[in-house]
Amino acid sequence: MLRYYLKLGILSIRANWALSALMVAAIAIGIGACMTIVTVRHVMADNPIDHKNEQLFHVQLDNWNPNDPYEEPNEPPEQVTYLDATALLEAGRAHRQVISFKSDRVVQPEGDGVLPFQEVVRATSADFFAMFDVPFRYGAGWDAAADRAGEKVTVLSTPMHEQLFGGEDSTGRMLMMNNEPFRVVGVLDDWHPVPTFYDLNNNPYQGPEAIYTPFSLAVTGEWGSSGNNSCWKPPEDGGYEGYLASECIWIQMWVELPTRADKEAYAQFLDDYVMEQKQLGRFPRDLNNRLSTPEEWMVNREVVDDTVSVLLALSVLFLVVCLLNTIGLLLARVIRRRSDISLRRALGASKAALFRQYIVEAGLIGVAGGLAGIGMTWLGLRGIENVFADYDFIQYLVTMDWQMVGLAVLLAIVSALGAALYPIWRACSVSPASTLRIQ
Amino acid sequence: MDIGPIWRAMLRNKAGFVLIALQVAVTLTIVVNAFGIIQERAGRIARDSGVDEANTFAFASVLFTDYEREQRKVLIDEDLDLIRNVPGVVNAVASNSFPLRQGGWSMGVALEPGNQTPESVGTAIYFVDEHGAETFDVTVIDGKNFTPEQVTWSLEDDNTWPAYGIITEALGKEMWPDDAGSYVGKTMYINDNDPVNIVGVIDTLQAPWESWTGVERSMLVPQRRPSEFVRYIVRAEPGMRDKLMPEIEAMLAASNKDRIIRDMTTMDDVRKLAYVGDTALIKILGFIVVLLTLITALGIVGLASFNVSRRTRQIGIRRALGATRPSIVRYFLIENSIVSAIGLVVGSALAIGLNIVMVEAFSLEPLAWYVIPAGVIALWAVGQIAVAEPARRASNISPAIATRSS
Repeated sequence: MLRYYLKLGILSIRANWALSALMVAAIAIGIGACMTIVTVRHVMADNPIDHKNEQLFHVQLDNWNPNDPYEEPNEPPEQVTYLDATALLEAGRAHRQVISFKSDRVVQPEGDGVLPFQEVVRATSADFFAMFDVPFRYGAGWDAAADRAGEKVTVLSTPMHEQLFGGEDSTGRMLMMNNEPFRVVGVLDDWHPVPTFYDLNNNPYQGPEAIYTPFSLAVTGEWGSSGNNSCWKPPEDGGYEGYLASECIWIQMWVELPTRADKEAYAQFLDDYVMEQKQLGRFPRDLNNRLSTPEEWMVNREVVDDTVSVLLALSVLFLVVCLLNTIGLLLARVIRRRSDISLRRALGASKAALFRQYIVEAGLIGVAGGLAGIGMTWLGLRGIENVFADYDFIQYLVTMDWQMVGLAVLLAIVSALGAALYPIWRACSVSPASTLRIQ
Repeated sequence: MDIGPIWRAMLRNKAGFVLIALQVAVTLTIVVNAFGIIQERAGRIARDSGVDEANTFAFASVLFTDYEREQRKVLIDEDLDLIRNVPGVVNAVASNSFPLRQGGWSMGVALEPGNQTPESVGTAIYFVDEHGAETFDVTVIDGKNFTPEQVTWSLEDDNTWPAYGIITEALGKEMWPDDAGSYVGKTMYINDNDPVNIVGVIDTLQAPWESWTGVERSMLVPQRRPSEFVRYIVRAEPGMRDKLMPEIEAMLAASNKDRIIRDMTTMDDVRKLAYVGDTALIKILGFIVVLLTLITALGIVGLASFNVSRRTRQIGIRRALGATRPSIVRYFLIENSIVSAIGLVVGSALAIGLNIVMVEAFSLEPLAWYVIPAGVIALWAVGQIAVAEPARRASNISPAIATRSS
């Protein structure tokens, strides 16, 4: 029976070619507008470390000004001080712990005539790669001992490795940065988390850093952070030493806690640590530590721009207008087909049979609208890419995955069926003989 | 013509008209809210940064070789000497940032010494020497520019702030809101306990963060900082900028090989980058408004055409009974006006509702009073234009149709 209805549907669509094309176009444009924004939002809100979401926690301690919270109403600072980061790393109470920050360094490639260039380098403790499941092409990261000893080692991303050393395994080669040699111990495989969940400060869509070095080495070399630095009171002493001993926050800290019990134990440990520090005259505010999963942390930092939500609301309304248009067109078709319908009813077609036939036809229009809608979404994304051309990371935000393609078709079919309900109901309530009489 | 019969005829076939009215309503909702956002963003972009943007450019010098503090001071002095002596350069300064750059230094300042409180006021900091005012193209409207004696090098291991400052008028208003007199000579505290004596007030110099609510607040601080990373801002004579940029880049790259010159950029490009989001949003919303109006207009054309073809016989009869062509056209125009009116009334309510929600949720500005009336008039006109062609076709129906039986 379905086959017969499909055939009828195709025939009817062919018979009303222009009207059907209009309906498909209306649905496609609505879906295109909606899905363009939904896709951008989907990528922006994506959690690249979804599979470990329940085990990773971002650490916040409230060491802020007693008179003024870091952020209203009572948010703890989004980064930690050097004092706390190193103390917690040293305590080693979590399964894994990562403290890191980014810093601008000048890379001096080998060979004459190749100009030195500046690059953002991530200085991190050893667990970074294991904790965030970072894949390696060659070699591996460094271990905690190497980190403690301040060994001059480095890990490169594949593009950086190719730029500096060509395609061959570069582990063991030397890289000059700020006139200091670093031994390459590992090269990452393709790894491009967007947003960079481990550091949401500044621009989280730029992608991960291309060079990684041990944390302690960076501190020994007195590297400054090129990310956010905030202080609620001035460092007591000047210089880098004074900065390290200050209440300024500039380090991102994550811990891996495999079970719920681990998490609770670690939260208790943090509370104890802060209480202990209070004895020393630090942490003037009430206890306000926080452990957030990557998901919670991204929501807290409002990774998805308000603008996108405004556009999403408007694009949904846009789809509504397109569907109202479709309903109008379908209604016109029903009225035109009145005599047809009443004839079929008079010949014995049941209301249910008519309903099934028209719903199949609407479904066909929905599928066509969905497929065309994918094309419209692609066009929409190209448009977004175009108006944001000055952002070099925009390409990462305008990619469609299969999930989005599927959602586009599904949304189109649901919209078409929803739009068809009232016109079909009107069609089914045409009485068998009414139109015949006029003829 | 009497509205009564038209209204009663519409009631006999409500669905189509209800759909168009709803479309008009939702379209109005989107159009006026989109327009409100466009207006707000365009207003942000139009703000003056204070800098002579057309003739100013900036770049950074990054040392990657270990230099002693004194060596770094010498290098900065040499650089500035070289730059300022290039023909076509109005002035140049070494600073930490500049307006629209999106990254910079902010501090809290307060009327009393002590830890920052909720009452302390945030301000952007630009470290400059006495050439800062001319390079940034700011006018000292009260007091004086820094004298060379007031400008000092920062000291190693000393976090104390200089005792002088030049503030924007906006910062002064925020600090002393009830004070109508001059801000010159007043004292405020920075870095908790360091007093700042205000020696001058300037008109406009934006903070580096265009999205910050306090973007009009900034302070010039007479301190020079010998760090590895130095930003130079250069103001050129009109028309000289594009010639000077490569010239100065090559000159400095050649003068010292222990550093790289990077981030060479015009203020025009800095502005473009700062407002990419706003500009893009304006374009996207503009596109949505046009497309949506078009779709709604097509819907109106569709319904009217359908009605014309369905009523062919009736129109023929009216013509045969003496109705003139203009009166047939007028019938459709009035019919459309009624549908539009209902849609636009509902739409106005929806638009206000959506605006209230968006103001709450996304802290947008409420719509200006005239946006909704303007939208109503515009969409009504669009409806009339859309219905004109089908109406003209209707008026061409021959009275003879009436005599034919179907």
